[in-house]
Amino acid sequence: MTVVEIRNPGLGSARGRIWRSLLRSPLGLTGGVMLAIVMVLGLIAPLIAPYGPAEVHFDAPFQAPGTIGYILGTDDLGRDIFSRMLFGIQVSLQVGFLSVLLAVAVGTPLGLLAGYWRGLDGIISRLTDVTLAFPFLIIAVGLSAISGPSLTNAAIALGIAQIPTMIRVVRGETLRIRETDFVLGAKTMDASGVRIIFSHILPNAVSAIIVQATVIMPVAVIGEALLSFLGLGIQPPTPSLGIMLSDAQQYISRAPTAAIFPGLAIVLICLGFNLFGDALRDALDPTNASRK
Amino acid sequence: MLNYLATRLWQSIVTLILASMVVFFGVRQLPGDPALAMAGEEATPERLAAIREQLGLNESIITQYVKFVGNMVRGDFGQSTRTGAQVTDLVAATLPVTLWLSAYAIVVAVIVGVLLGVIAERFRGRWPEWMANALALIGLSVPNFWLGILAILYLAVAFGLFPASGYVPISRDPFQGIYHLTLPAIILGTSLAAVIMRQTRASMIETMKTDFVRTARAKGLSRPRVLFRYGLRNSLIVVVTIIGLQLGGLISGAVVTERIFALPGFGKLTLDAVFTRDYPVIQAVVLLITVGYILINLAVDILYSVINPRIRVGGKS
Repeated sequence: MTVVEIRNPGLGSARGRIWRSLLRSPLGLTGGVMLAIVMVLGLIAPLIAPYGPAEVHFDAPFQAPGTIGYILGTDDLGRDIFSRMLFGIQVSLQVGFLSVLLAVAVGTPLGLLAGYWRGLDGIISRLTDVTLAFPFLIIAVGLSAISGPSLTNAAIALGIAQIPTMIRVVRGETLRIRETDFVLGAKTMDASGVRIIFSHILPNAVSAIIVQATVIMPVAVIGEALLSFLGLGIQPPTPSLGIMLSDAQQYISRAPTAAIFPGLAIVLICLGFNLFGDALRDALDPTNASRK
Repeated sequence: MLNYLATRLWQSIVTLILASMVVFFGVRQLPGDPALAMAGEEATPERLAAIREQLGLNESIITQYVKFVGNMVRGDFGQSTRTGAQVTDLVAATLPVTLWLSAYAIVVAVIVGVLLGVIAERFRGRWPEWMANALALIGLSVPNFWLGILAILYLAVAFGLFPASGYVPISRDPFQGIYHLTLPAIILGTSLAAVIMRQTRASMIETMKTDFVRTARAKGLSRPRVLFRYGLRNSLIVVVTIIGLQLGGLISGAVVTERIFALPGFGKLTLDAVFTRDYPVIQAVVLLITVGYILINLAVDILYSVINPRIRVGGKS
């Protein structure tokens, strides 16, 4: 009698390969470095910022970048652009992580349920369609009309808007994994549905969830800036890169750098996540395993 | 095919009903009493009761919902609480601006995106592909409102290539109308172009690997000819799908683009309504965008099944 061992591949066995692949990708590394810089800046913002984000210096408005004491210059109220930018990055990342967390926390279980139990699929897919019918700006408009614009509401609106895609990604993965040999094997051994989902399907869907999270993050960061730019997101005096841009638009021809630096910060965050996410997707894609 | 269309239509109707419920109950969650808002702070209790009666606020929630749907279907969105204008008139005045802007942006995005995608495939591993990839990555990572501000600063104010703001109805003066919308349309289309480029490139690479392309090449068809005949036809399907998927982003983008370029469109109507708490306008705007979004997605799916016969199965997209 031949015994065929069917193992659940999981993520563990591939971990070394994934790291090697990531380290070999110059674009992925660049993205990773950008992210590391941005995250460290965001984390230690209160320690390295020379001034408070809302600290006004009426004697020093419109200082040019490079002025002593104001490395990136000041805005119309003499607020230090460098300090405001650091705190703005912190807020951007907060909103980004909160909305990713919401999308993952709600999208993953619903995606698993929809993919595993066909009976629930119809209901969950209709709910997904309804959510998709509301563009994130409209969700944000609704939330801020009901309970006022705020950081939390911005994060919730951005998170809700991303739940449907997360559900679809996880559902697709679940559909794929539930037909694999090791899941079929577990089924013949009378493993319960819950057990199969948690010990077989979820661990194998994690990589797709992580990749999707790196896709959501830059969308959420740009979304937060957009909402704050329109006055529907973060409210002053809390600094936000979007608010800085909307302020700078008022005196754009007088101090163009006040608009350029916060924009560059957004680009740095998004480029970092996009580059790193692309490399991660390639590294996690098993069809690339044989490629050099 | 008919079966697929019926399923898809049924799904859209269910989505429409659910979405209208979300809007109806959502608006009722808004702070403030609509009767009080209409009557003013000094209204007598009798006057308030009369308005309540007139608005049907005393009836059961189900009757109110049915009336709400009836009014919407007839195109009666009520009056703006701020200006007293009919909401239908406000929508009719602003919607064309946004539709022209979005259509123009989609045209720009499709042309630029497909072209860059084809170039990237044609010159794989060489500098044109790197350039195209870099452009796409920038398009995805740069917020379009920032790009808009920079474009106004450098292209409009410094060099005077385009007007920085203002709107001329295309129906009145087509040339000036299109000229005024060009910069906003490019800005709005950037991220869409980036997504289209990436997908076109990926789909072309896949197509060029297939057996039928190999056969066509073996038959002696030149590479550019195969590229256009097979590669582009397949990427067309991808482009149609992407436009459907990116519509939400396009709508949000249109709102902010209108704000930057001071265009009197639907986005401006939306923002003004939110900041002045003009609930009838908010309700109408949200409902119209949602309905439009569902209908366009239905149209995209139908178009998709027409272009790609492989999709017509079981109603699962």
